[in-house]
Amino acid sequence: MFEHGLCAGFPSPADDFLEDAVDVARLLITNPPATFLWRVDGDSMQDAGIFDRDILVVDRSLEPRDRDVVVAIVNGERSLKRLSLAGRPRLAFANRRLPDFEAPELAEIELWGVVTWNLHRLRAVRP
Amino acid sequence: MEPAPPTGGAPVTERSFALIDGNSFYCSCERVFDPKLATRPVIVLSNNDGCAIARTSEAKALGIKMGDPFFKIRDLCRRERIAVYSSNYTLYGDMSRRMGWIYESWAREVETYSIDESFLDLSNFRLSERAELARDLRATVLRWTGVPTCVGIGPTKTLAKAANAMAKKDPEARGVVDLTDPAERQARLDRFHVSDVWGVGPRSWAKMEALGIKTAGDLARMDPRQIRMKFTVVGERTLHELRGVTCIDLETVVPQRKGIAVTRSFGRPVTTLEGLIEAVASHAFRAGEKLRRHGLAATHLSVFAHSNLHNGDPHFSAGATEDLIEATSDGLALIAAASRGARRLWPPRGAKLAKAGVILDDLVRADHAPAALIGGRDREKADRMMAAVDAVNARFGRGAIISAAAGMKMPWATKFEMRSPRYTTRVDELPVARAG
Repeated sequence: MFEHGLCAGFPSPADDFLEDAVDVARLLITNPPATFLWRVDGDSMQDAGIFDRDILVVDRSLEPRDRDVVVAIVNGERSLKRLSLAGRPRLAFANRRLPDFEAPELAEIELWGVVTWNLHRLRAVRP
Repeated sequence: MEPAPPTGGAPVTERSFALIDGNSFYCSCERVFDPKLATRPVIVLSNNDGCAIARTSEAKALGIKMGDPFFKIRDLCRRERIAVYSSNYTLYGDMSRRMGWIYESWAREVETYSIDESFLDLSNFRLSERAELARDLRATVLRWTGVPTCVGIGPTKTLAKAANAMAKKDPEARGVVDLTDPAERQARLDRFHVSDVWGVGPRSWAKMEALGIKTAGDLARMDPRQIRMKFTVVGERTLHELRGVTCIDLETVVPQRKGIAVTRSFGRPVTTLEGLIEAVASHAFRAGEKLRRHGLAATHLSVFAHSNLHNGDPHFSAGATEDLIEATSDGLALIAAASRGARRLWPPRGAKLAKAGVILDDLVRADHAPAALIGGRDREKADRMMAAVDAVNARFGRGAIISAAAGMKMPWATKFEMRSPRYTTRVDELPVARAG
């Protein structure tokens, strides 16, 4: 390694300890071919820390577990819900002010993917 | 997924290939992000919404053929509630990349044959495991990307391709047909029309019918010398491939391209020289990107333009070829040559231009390109600048930097009136999940 080339002087004592800086993309995306970003529209998942306009990291390769937040297709609508696997599988809102989510009778439900991270912007964008 | 070592009692044939491809690939990509389409027939149109280039099985059942002009099927689409999309190559390309990524981790060698087809080398897997492996791979691609696929397996690429076509048509196959076993291969090839064999064109097909060759099985049983006499070594090679003798290997390295063309129909007819120059300058710039990606340089640049030949407008068609002083991939040198070419083929004598293109040929490896003694450009400087331009365009999206000659408004740009969002590459076009 010739990080310092022919530069004179003392080598940096940090040279032996150099590592790549933390890569945010690698932190958020563990399985790239199966990972997609989604945009949130609405406030029904506030109690899960997910707000209107947030960006979600969704991994399709994960096996859904109890309490996962999932992108679910309910009768052809793309929606965001909390999955409950205790007892009969159920989908729920995460917002105390809303009534329980009742899946329509005979609804066709498909799990599109599991939400692994939420990107919530804290600093407002200037108009 | 660890590839199994070729040991143990099960026999291993010399080579084994799989061809995996997306079912109605473009339509399937649309369905991944819009679940409402799951129960509707879907078609995707070519550039400028000209004709149908992808159809789901439901759309095929309604009688829509490959290449049907959209104006002819517009009423049918409305009546049958067929979902019609302009092509969204940005999305399809990204989905294709994801699928390729998955293949790379399953097979030791992968040849990307087209945007939705890849050949995989399965030679190191046990004979008995290959079909099961293919089923697992299909399931993984479906789950991870949402795209349904079919897989054909065989000892040659020609057989893998035929097996794939069989898998598509045979619901019993559950998406996988394996032609490794000689008895099953024979039975299936005898039901497979020779015109569907990879490499058999319409002309040789007609000649084959005259010889009594109707199925792939018939061709495989012919005398190779006779086939060679009538259909050259290419026909003989196909025959051997159908017999299971590997003649065509995987091409994991993109072969050196003979020529690069960038051609577009105008969204609106072009009637001014400025408009034509803007269009061909932009095409030349795109062609330069392709050259640089492959490490190539061009020695000639041709420009062509023509009117719409079908709508009754006055006919016009012209081309002009410019020699480049030295082989180059410099976008600015290509734009200059394209503008010269556009000026040379002007005027179109009152015709409205419907399409223009730029073709680069006589390509050479950029690092082998001879330098001009007189009038050459400062190559290193140009290379550095083009590398910077490519980097910016890769980061901020194609067209972030274009030469001013290519125009800023691009009124001639391709029509994409019914294009879906670029769900996976644009942060302002992400799929939206309803919360509430």
